[in-house]
Amino acid sequence: MNNVRNKKRANKSLPFFFRTEFKVFFTIILVSTILLISTFSFDTVPPILNRGIQPATFPKGLLVLIIVLTSIIYYLSFRRPWKKEKNLPKPFFLTIISFVLFIVISKTLDFFLAISILSIFVSYNWGERRVFYLLLVSIIFPLVVFIFFEMILGLRFPPGIITNLYYY
Amino acid sequence: MMAPLFSSKLLLVLLFGTLFGLVLGVLPGLGPTTGGALILPFTMTLDPLSAIILLTSIYCAGTYGGAITAVLINTPGTPAAAATCLDGYPLAQKGEAGRALGMATVSSTVGGIFSVIVLVFFAPILANLAYEFGQPEYFALAIFGLTMLASIGDGSPIKNLIAGAFGILISTVGKDFMTSIDRFTYGINELSVGIGFIPVVVGLFAISEMLTQSTLLDQVFKRVALKAVKLPTKDDYKKTWKTILRSSGIGSFIGVLPAEGGTVASLIGYSEAKRFSKNPEEFGKGSVEGIAGAEAANNAATGGAMVPTLALGIPGSATTAVILTGLIIHGVRPGPDLFKEQPEFLYGIFGAMLVANVLFFIFGFFGAKLFARITLVPNKILWPMIFAVSVCGTYSLSQSIIDVWIMLFFGVLGFFMRRYGFSVVPVIIGLILGELVEGTLRQSIVIFDGNWLMFLTRPIALTFFILSLIALAFPLIRSKKNKKII
Repeated sequence: MNNVRNKKRANKSLPFFFRTEFKVFFTIILVSTILLISTFSFDTVPPILNRGIQPATFPKGLLVLIIVLTSIIYYLSFRRPWKKEKNLPKPFFLTIISFVLFIVISKTLDFFLAISILSIFVSYNWGERRVFYLLLVSIIFPLVVFIFFEMILGLRFPPGIITNLYYY
Repeated sequence: MMAPLFSSKLLLVLLFGTLFGLVLGVLPGLGPTTGGALILPFTMTLDPLSAIILLTSIYCAGTYGGAITAVLINTPGTPAAAATCLDGYPLAQKGEAGRALGMATVSSTVGGIFSVIVLVFFAPILANLAYEFGQPEYFALAIFGLTMLASIGDGSPIKNLIAGAFGILISTVGKDFMTSIDRFTYGINELSVGIGFIPVVVGLFAISEMLTQSTLLDQVFKRVALKAVKLPTKDDYKKTWKTILRSSGIGSFIGVLPAEGGTVASLIGYSEAKRFSKNPEEFGKGSVEGIAGAEAANNAATGGAMVPTLALGIPGSATTAVILTGLIIHGVRPGPDLFKEQPEFLYGIFGAMLVANVLFFIFGFFGAKLFARITLVPNKILWPMIFAVSVCGTYSLSQSIIDVWIMLFFGVLGFFMRRYGFSVVPVIIGLILGELVEGTLRQSIVIFDGNWLMFLTRPIALTFFILSLIALAFPLIRSKKNKKII
């Protein structure tokens, strides 16, 4: 039983900077430190307007708390290493790429074109090959969503090469 | 109590919410929290009562819906139904799926109705107590809520605390509400108004779940055939009525505590059912008592979790955090004043929860077979559609593309948080409570003239601080037994 459990745990022979615990610890500490440094650039208020504490004090306290707690979990991970996670599969990375594509296309070309492209990209990369279903997720459903939001909820979507065809 | 519901519009909302909740509960990975977050932007077109009735009916029905997939495909539709798998699926494998679902439906309904009664009686009492609360007491209460979440919640207590602190930190982005000084805005105008609840909630629940599903594409579900849902027999009732009542009590109590209500309640309900059972050896092999214990408890947690949400504005679970967000964006501030000034609004919610429990009994009893078919919708079609709805819903709130990007950012962040054992629920609760925590702390310091020790002179605040310390110490004691602290 212990052998099985140990196999699931992170490999202690890896250099410390390759271990999950260190990567998580390092990321949180790095981000928190950057944010903590940025709090020193917040404006201060004169004592007469100061309600108890300066606006930067509360976030500073939170960031220090996060850094301390993160250090504790990292310290405790030496005694009990974290469970080793499976490597992330290809569809995960393709989904992340589709998010980036979505941001680029929605900003430069069209919001609904971006939704259509993401839908077909994700659906195809997750294994869908039937043309009807690909059309359903990429054209029919976004169209239904557009009609619902535009006509029923009265929402105006950002202009773009396809959306403009409807608006103008 | 039911009078506000006698309008065709509200009944329609209730009917839709129950059906939608069942669909969400049945689909693994969705559930009432994610579903509630998805539908939140749409509620903006409704009046406050309809919006909250929609969210609460989704909550009640979604919690029950998780049992259908737990019994039929051994995959809990919601985390709260995890304990139901232990006996529901083995019983279904024996060819008694109908009996298993019948027991789950009856015990869920009894648990749900019991918890609404608890809600009706205890929420006003708690709200009355809250009249005694000043700023220091509210601060101590919010701290207690967060520490309870860390200690009873799913996963490591320290990681939960980090997540909660991160949630509060997000709430500090934008103009400081007391001095109007920009914090963490970095010159981006859109951030001056702060980070909205909806992009964070949709990102952390829906988008992160989409990414999780992208890693589970090779998962194959084995479905058990279901002919029809059967009402429990006299023997089943004899065997389980005590378990149902006990679990209803446990679920309601756990639900009242600010933590991840349903999941913890069902696990405790299940283990207590086993402890008190005359046939504990049957547990794990298809015991109806096991199903009853888990299901009565998780549905009882729904009403319980609404008690602190409505009476104090402290969410009792992840889904009630979404409901609280709904209340806030509709301009309804939960707390004692709500009970005094808008009793008809509250009675509308209580009545709706009661009716939702009856409705999901009817739908579950007659339509479980149909709902089970929803699980046949492949993820490769379902999730791109959910993405489209998430994006448009998030955009619709303030018609800002930045909100959509924030949603995507929190989606990716939420995925990695869950991957490395950080629950996303404390982030949401921290975000919701952030303003309360900071505001009450700063006002308390003004009241105490900068003397922090004055907190200890307030009996209620001191009690909450002591309870917070106990809540923090509890996992340390527990970890001696099962070594789960990180």
